[in-house]
Amino acid sequence: MSNTTLFMGNELAALGAARAGVTVATGYPGTPSTEALEYLAKHFGQQMHVEWSVNEKTALEVAAGASYAGARTFVTMKQVGLNVASDPLMSLRYVGLSGGMVVYVADDPGPISSQTEQDTRSFAAFAKVPVFDPSSPEEAFAMMADAYALSEQLGSPVFLRPTTRICHANAAADPDSVPQQTVQPAGFRACGQRIIFPRTSYLAHLRIEDECERLSETLSSSPWNSIQNAGSGKLGIAAGGVSYAYAMEAMSLLGVACPVLKISTPFPFPERLAEEFLSQVDQVLVFEELDPVIERNLIYLCGKRGLNVRVLGKGTRTLPRAGEYSVEIAKAAMAQFLGLAAPCTDMCLPQPPALPVRPPVLCAGCPHRASFYAVKRAMRKFGGKALFAGDIGCYTLGNAKPLEMVDTCLCMGAGITVAQGVSAVEPDTIAFSFTGDSTFFHTGLPGIANAVYNGASMVSVILDNSTTAMTGQQPNPSTGFRASGEVAQKLSIEAALKALGVEDIQVVNPFDQQAAQDAVTHAAGQTGVRAIIFRAPCIAVSRPGKPLRVNPDACTGCRACAKLLGCPAIVSSGQDNRVMIDSSICTGCGLCSQVCPAGAIGGEHK
Amino acid sequence: MSASMNILLSGVGGQGTVLASKLLARCAIARGEAAHTAETIGMAQRGGCVTSHVRIGKCFSPMIPKGCADAIIAFEPAEAVRCLDFLKEGGWVIVSSAAIKPVTDTLSASGYSGEPMLEYLRNLPVRLICVNGEEIARACGSAKVLNMALLGAAAASGAIGISPEELENAVANLSPKFRDANCMAIRMGVVAAGN
Repeated sequence: MSNTTLFMGNELAALGAARAGVTVATGYPGTPSTEALEYLAKHFGQQMHVEWSVNEKTALEVAAGASYAGARTFVTMKQVGLNVASDPLMSLRYVGLSGGMVVYVADDPGPISSQTEQDTRSFAAFAKVPVFDPSSPEEAFAMMADAYALSEQLGSPVFLRPTTRICHANAAADPDSVPQQTVQPAGFRACGQRIIFPRTSYLAHLRIEDECERLSETLSSSPWNSIQNAGSGKLGIAAGGVSYAYAMEAMSLLGVACPVLKISTPFPFPERLAEEFLSQVDQVLVFEELDPVIERNLIYLCGKRGLNVRVLGKGTRTLPRAGEYSVEIAKAAMAQFLGLAAPCTDMCLPQPPALPVRPPVLCAGCPHRASFYAVKRAMRKFGGKALFAGDIGCYTLGNAKPLEMVDTCLCMGAGITVAQGVSAVEPDTIAFSFTGDSTFFHTGLPGIANAVYNGASMVSVILDNSTTAMTGQQPNPSTGFRASGEVAQKLSIEAALKALGVEDIQVVNPFDQQAAQDAVTHAAGQTGVRAIIFRAPCIAVSRPGKPLRVNPDACTGCRACAKLLGCPAIVSSGQDNRVMIDSSICTGCGLCSQVCPAGAIGGEHK
Repeated sequence: MSASMNILLSGVGGQGTVLASKLLARCAIARGEAAHTAETIGMAQRGGCVTSHVRIGKCFSPMIPKGCADAIIAFEPAEAVRCLDFLKEGGWVIVSSAAIKPVTDTLSASGYSGEPMLEYLRNLPVRLICVNGEEIARACGSAKVLNMALLGAAAASGAIGISPEELENAVANLSPKFRDANCMAIRMGVVAAGN
């Protein structure tokens, strides 16, 4: 009987890695990549070393060591995480490795939940690291064995780069359809090969260029790259990744067939195969999200081989140069390219009533709301100019009304350092940074060291909710357990701050508003580097308390609670302007009862 | 090659659309058909609009193309209207009548209520089934089973090519803790479809 079940794309990729004999898996959470490592931790945590590393650089370096020792390794991150891991990755390509390493980097066209629309296929060409670009979750699973074989053949890391729609799509698969490999690590042998030096790097560079040239030839025969519908016309389509799926679906909806060049290894580009395709067509329309990687490779080939083929895509403004593609975009562009009448599937509906807008908000009972409110309130009383430098995590949502407590957000860990820069220009501004516990250990520590060393004046606020919340509650050094669930030493944020030379450190429960606001007022009045740790667990990892209730006789309908806090549990009661509490989501945090001027909100406090 | 059955589920983060879409996919897999789903995950989950695409049969795109959904199963009136461009001509709309106000409503009243949305839907050339979400939540003691009631209604109507029995079999493989409540909700949905 087949074991066919439904798997998420990220799970299928992870399963592919496990079937390829991976024994060390590392990563840092980041949408849309997170479920890959989570799956390994949950299902293979006892058979292999799976860790949430403190950041992507450490993840890649741990895996590099394991690969030196002969283990097959799997490293997961989102595309901006690759920026953090780029230093070891660039060098690792030169010094090489023994056990195969696949770096699973999830790109996010849209972007749906990311800072940038960077393209890991371009990064692959820059780092000279081969990249596999699956067009479906099933392919992500099936490609993995080839990715590991290639990695070991070259002694190089290899990218497998899905995009959000592949990561988060679910497909039926039979785990046993891919053979289980077992890799016995040979162990580390010191031979001087793993030491990077300018002279050896020059030689390595020559070798890498030769390798990539040869690989372009080999990959031209790979089953992952192909020409389909050959000979069906002089107008061809080239596509890769999920855009290939969109293009094929569009073709089927239009009821046409034209020659298709499918590119699943955009670097090294399979030139011989592409040349064969170009020799059969007069024009090519290229479907790919983010960078025009396939498009430019085709244009380059036309120049290199003197081919007279017109290449349409982003460069000709035929297709969008940013954002996600879709079947609709593919269908419209394809119809025009093929000279077909514009397809109309529109039901031509009458104008609908105005639809409600539903922005994401901090959860009911979220401790970040209490922390932001305490700083806002205390600084309003303290007076003067203040800067609130935010960071990456759920707490970026603190920018929304009514809190409006995030002035900047750049990248992981940057709140602490951006605050120092603003304060250098505006010494009278009280510069606050807000950093989550996971972000603090990710890239916050060097920022604190920099502040103390360079004599900055700032208040570093650490929002310690004991988890990496935004990506779905992964553990981190302040949580007390590891990816596998094992108990871990719980790292103390205050001890780390103290060791880095911060002397003024306050630890406060943000739900105790008086204490929290007092802590802010104290810190605002000092100079040098001060720290406030607001400590209360994320509501998703703690037991909720009893819901509060509004006494309708005492409620004056002033709506201060809603206007000051924006808690989703505070809803209209339907009676004049008064409010009530949605007991299905209230966690009893008690924040609203502390701001109600009429004392109308009561019940159990935490 | 475009899927034989396309079902779009839409709602608000936390309503259980993801579980419902996986259940539909499992029903298809159980009878040996190909199935794909695609979901909204991440920041949008926190009170935002969410959709799940379910495609049964062989297909390329993980997402349903616009104008190709055989049925929309909407967990909320406005979320049904928001997704109508996915529906094919003469397609089904199975909608819960219980409106969910946006979480920002107390901050700046949007004046949103579900009735104008339902009225709009009633006047469209679609096959509409309205499920009284509030009544089902009351009878089952929880709003969490709304997803099963909507699936039950969709199955009973014949809109999705999956029978209520297949749904109950798939539910039986879920946590036994919620099995009875879920089966009861499916049956209430079946009844609602007949009204």
